[in-house]
Amino acid sequence: MPILSYIDAVTLALREEMQKNPRVFVLGEDVGVRGGVFRATHGLIDEFGPERVLDTPLTESAIAGVSIGASVYGMRPVAEMQFADFIMPAVNQIISEAAKMRYRSNNSWHCPLVIRAPYGGGVHGGLYHSQSVEKLFTGIPGLKIVTPSTPYDVKGLLKSAIQDEDPVLFFEHKRCYRLIKGEVPEEDYTLPIGQAEVKREGTDVTVISYGLTLHFALQAAEELQKEGISVHVLDLRTLIPLDKEAVLQAVAKTGKVMIIHEDNLTGGFGGEVSALIAEEAFFELDAPIRRLAGPDVPAMPYSPPLEKEFMLNQEKVTHAIRELAEF
Amino acid sequence: MLKSMDKMDFKVVLPEGRLTDEGRCVWKELSREKKLDFYRWMVQVRQFDRRSILLQRQGRIGTYAPMAGQEAAQVGSALALSKEDWIFPSYREVGVNMVAGIPLKQILLHWMGRVEGNRFPEGSRVLPPYVPIATQLPQAMGAAWAAKMKKEPSVAVAYFGDGATSEGDFHEALNFAGVFRLPVIFFCQNNQYAISTPFRRQSAVPTVAERAAAYHIPGIRVDGNDVVAVHIAMEQAVSRGKQGEGATLIEAVTYRHGAHTTADDATRYREAEEVEEWVRNRDPIHRLEVLLKAEGLLTDADIRDWEEASRQVVEHAVKEAESVPAPAADHLFAHVYEKMPLDLIKQKRDV
Repeated sequence: MPILSYIDAVTLALREEMQKNPRVFVLGEDVGVRGGVFRATHGLIDEFGPERVLDTPLTESAIAGVSIGASVYGMRPVAEMQFADFIMPAVNQIISEAAKMRYRSNNSWHCPLVIRAPYGGGVHGGLYHSQSVEKLFTGIPGLKIVTPSTPYDVKGLLKSAIQDEDPVLFFEHKRCYRLIKGEVPEEDYTLPIGQAEVKREGTDVTVISYGLTLHFALQAAEELQKEGISVHVLDLRTLIPLDKEAVLQAVAKTGKVMIIHEDNLTGGFGGEVSALIAEEAFFELDAPIRRLAGPDVPAMPYSPPLEKEFMLNQEKVTHAIRELAEF
Repeated sequence: MLKSMDKMDFKVVLPEGRLTDEGRCVWKELSREKKLDFYRWMVQVRQFDRRSILLQRQGRIGTYAPMAGQEAAQVGSALALSKEDWIFPSYREVGVNMVAGIPLKQILLHWMGRVEGNRFPEGSRVLPPYVPIATQLPQAMGAAWAAKMKKEPSVAVAYFGDGATSEGDFHEALNFAGVFRLPVIFFCQNNQYAISTPFRRQSAVPTVAERAAAYHIPGIRVDGNDVVAVHIAMEQAVSRGKQGEGATLIEAVTYRHGAHTTADDATRYREAEEVEEWVRNRDPIHRLEVLLKAEGLLTDADIRDWEEASRQVVEHAVKEAESVPAPAADHLFAHVYEKMPLDLIKQKRDV
């Protein structure tokens, strides 16, 4: 099975879906001739032409709005927000329009569109190229929110997102793009949106995470194994709809839960997962639920030591899990 | 005719019901049926609008956005569209929707707060009313882009008011449409007030139409109370779009006789003399009525008959809409996604 990087899995999924379905097209800033600033759409313009790989002006609201209008007309747009940070001008289109189209039209119209956005820090991107924005959307019914952490999941979930009949926000952690590699089957496969996956079995502490921090959890688990601490790791993969059953099962495995994400602690998705556990698995718990997340500062600093301070890493995660294990 | 469109303030029928010089050529080319269609639709729309305000006062529908005064802009433009064209309306476009074939019953259900009202007849390409202001402009472009990709000869029209021209989406949409020469029509009914904000406070540029130049698309300003002028402008924009010549911005200058909505009091921000001038002297229906009578196409008896017939149509729709049973409470949970997520099933069960 070929080993691909996380970003190559993005490109592969796009290419396969575009080959299969002429209604699929991508649009965004620098996605065509440049192949994307991260090269996620590399080579697509040569294969599919400039109409299906549309270089747009710097116009995020129109990118989202055009996607909505085109999807209503039966197309399958895959829009790229160059950085998740720049999704803000499109928020009105996403929240007021895409999320509500099916509901307010009583199912007459719907928006089968995907908005891809690279998010997250650790790449020295500074304040406006590092943010995690998922918590802005997780409270908006009508949207699906996918946050894969491995190349295998990227391919399967992006293909599902493109085939989905509802609007999907597909958040790609940009630190994962070239750092994370893995086996990706050549055949056409999809993974169901809304299904979490146990990435490591364990018995002492359960870690629930997604994106880059999921990898820190896996590394920490490996490290802690040597100390005799067995860590169970659940990758949410999809935030909305949340796989509640998988969360509750993972909690029952160990009775000690740590939720980890890079998005800010306050309002971050960990709060939602934590509330779910408190409501539905309280008696499974042997320790208070612990959240490990980005601090509540307005942005990821550009200064390297401060960025390092903001970011989670294997050491911080290992330390936190060890503490919880010892509770 | 084309030459005259390059000028601002294109007019065919003057407020007193006389044809302009250039209007005479245009008028001559219109069929008798078309001339009467303009009239009948405008009367029908006004009857509906009047009845809707009363229904709101009686508590039988919710807050309503009156459009009396804007009949010519809506009817004239919508009659230039065909089945394959897309309409992205704002909330004040009941006239457009009626001409586009949306049953009055559905329109009333919408104002009763029923999402079922936004389920339109099969094959209809009218989107439900847009409320957030200007969000429909980029979406109309998306439909236009899809038409271009599918090589289908349809145009997409975004309807909006003068207030929408200050929103970012107006700029993003016109810029995008200009760059890609999309078959899209931006139809602005400049009724001169965004709730209470007069247009001079909305824009330092005195007209909406001249903004089009900044996006390298044609900007056309017509007397929005002149149904024929509006119609001709729209026909030309549609034809440009379908021939691959790109987008058009049309500014139809008009006036809403009533308030922004039934929850608004327009006397707080508009002078009585100004309202009086527009209602008495510049009414869109009156001028066509005068012209049609002078041309021998309409008699007082025809007018009475048609008004009565229009009232009947509205009454029938009111009965139909009011006889629709109340929704089951759990309709609250319908159509959030294609398939209801487990969590929502649980919430639905728990209510």
